[in-house]
Amino acid sequence: MKYLKNFYKYRFLLYEIVRKNIKLQYRNSVLGIFWTFLQPLLTTCVLVLIFGGIFGKKDESLVNYPIYLLCGRLLYEFFTQSTKRAMRSIRNSASVIKKVYVPKYIYPLSNVTANFVTFLISLLVLVCFVAYYYFFSEQQPHITPYVFLAIVPIIILFILSVGVGLILSTLAVFFKDIEYLYEVFCMLLFYATPIIYKLETLKIQSEAVKLALMANPLYSIIQMFRDCVLFGEMMNPKHIIYSACFSIATVIIGLVLFYKKQDKFILHI
Amino acid sequence: MAKPAIVVDNISMMFNLHQEKVDNLKEYFIKLITRKLRFNEFWALNDISFTVEKGDRVGILGFNGAGKSTLLKVIAGVLKPTKGTVKVNGIVAPMLELGAGFDMNYSGRENIFLYGATMGYSRKFIEEKYDEIVEFSELGDFIDVPVKNYSSGMRARLGFAIATAVEPQILILDEVLSVGDAKFKKKSEAKIRSMFDKGITVLFVSHSVNQVLNICNKAIILEKGKVIAQGDAKEICAQYEKMVKGK
Repeated sequence: MKYLKNFYKYRFLLYEIVRKNIKLQYRNSVLGIFWTFLQPLLTTCVLVLIFGGIFGKKDESLVNYPIYLLCGRLLYEFFTQSTKRAMRSIRNSASVIKKVYVPKYIYPLSNVTANFVTFLISLLVLVCFVAYYYFFSEQQPHITPYVFLAIVPIIILFILSVGVGLILSTLAVFFKDIEYLYEVFCMLLFYATPIIYKLETLKIQSEAVKLALMANPLYSIIQMFRDCVLFGEMMNPKHIIYSACFSIATVIIGLVLFYKKQDKFILHI
Repeated sequence: MAKPAIVVDNISMMFNLHQEKVDNLKEYFIKLITRKLRFNEFWALNDISFTVEKGDRVGILGFNGAGKSTLLKVIAGVLKPTKGTVKVNGIVAPMLELGAGFDMNYSGRENIFLYGATMGYSRKFIEEKYDEIVEFSELGDFIDVPVKNYSSGMRARLGFAIATAVEPQILILDEVLSVGDAKFKKKSEAKIRSMFDKGITVLFVSHSVNQVLNICNKAIILEKGKVIAQGDAKEICAQYEKMVKGK
């Protein structure tokens, strides 16, 4: 109750920081907010150009390779960008935290939220892609009413990002090395998650490796998202349960860790 | 009687002075395994208690390293004391360092709202105060320029204007009354004085006995983390001057 009351009092701060992060991200660039669309659009073009020949051809089950790739990439990009920003948030706000009392979790939370807003805007690219291929190509994405369920994986992903962001921001205060380690981890994650390929096409022999790849919550979330947007199917309930439980557990671990350590932050930043 | 503004109850603050700063994982694990993680305990504050009534203006005197700033940070809620509790009734405006909450890439206008939110105020409330803040800070057309291009005086003026415009109940001043040029200094002192009349509670840290005498009605002397004297400002200041001469 006490925590909720405090959060309510500082909701304006959350709003102001989210606003600030979005405003400052594209300030002084000529195209401004357009980069939210352009960036995923251009990077997807590059990836399609490079990997389209390898993974995209002769695979009916993918339905439409550019959209398949864009779905994965948008979600992956949101997850890594928001967690990276959250990780650095405490250190970056050191000047405030050292002088004024503020609930510190506001910083990782607002960074994830700001990225979430730009992510939602960037989803417009996906809408354009889907519309284009739906009307002008033979590789039509299967659009069904299930498309509205896409909100489910998006919410789960947001919760997961908040949890991971809380954990990383706490660790990064005590060990700066985490920032570099996480950079490498994100690269690993990009290739370990079926973004540019389909898990089945890898033909992995080892059951253990397969299980490890499927244990990745991003795999479940991206898979659910594609089911809604591209394949037009009901998502696999196993994916929902697994990723939701994983995300909520992460948030709980993150909150406990953060609350246990937050009084020591000031001694380290 | 009204509730006291600040009750400081037996607080102690301990710091671990790392013999060497360990801030990367490799060193940490090597030292953990070889058991070389050693700390020196340092008590910056040692069992401090005092009460500040509403409307009191308390000067905190002490030599460098006596724990003055640590005490203020504990009262402002930035540091959590190792032992003891602090009870604060009312909104605290910390002026430990003016303009600490500013974002350098943000313009003055945007920073007013950000800084206000950092202190827990709503956007609507700040909008009401906005004109007053801009006028008091004397920034004029500079209000739309990014703060990174401000001079340090302009930054401090804006910080002072925001912190005082929101009418806090408790003001924490850590040697900030030396802001800007002589003219602004006069103006800011007048502003703080006008806030006294509204019954604001002030904690004031300074090395200047004259300033403390000027502003405060009560005073505390800290030495090595302990309160060695507290009471009426005039008596305490006299005692402090003796200490200075004796040293």
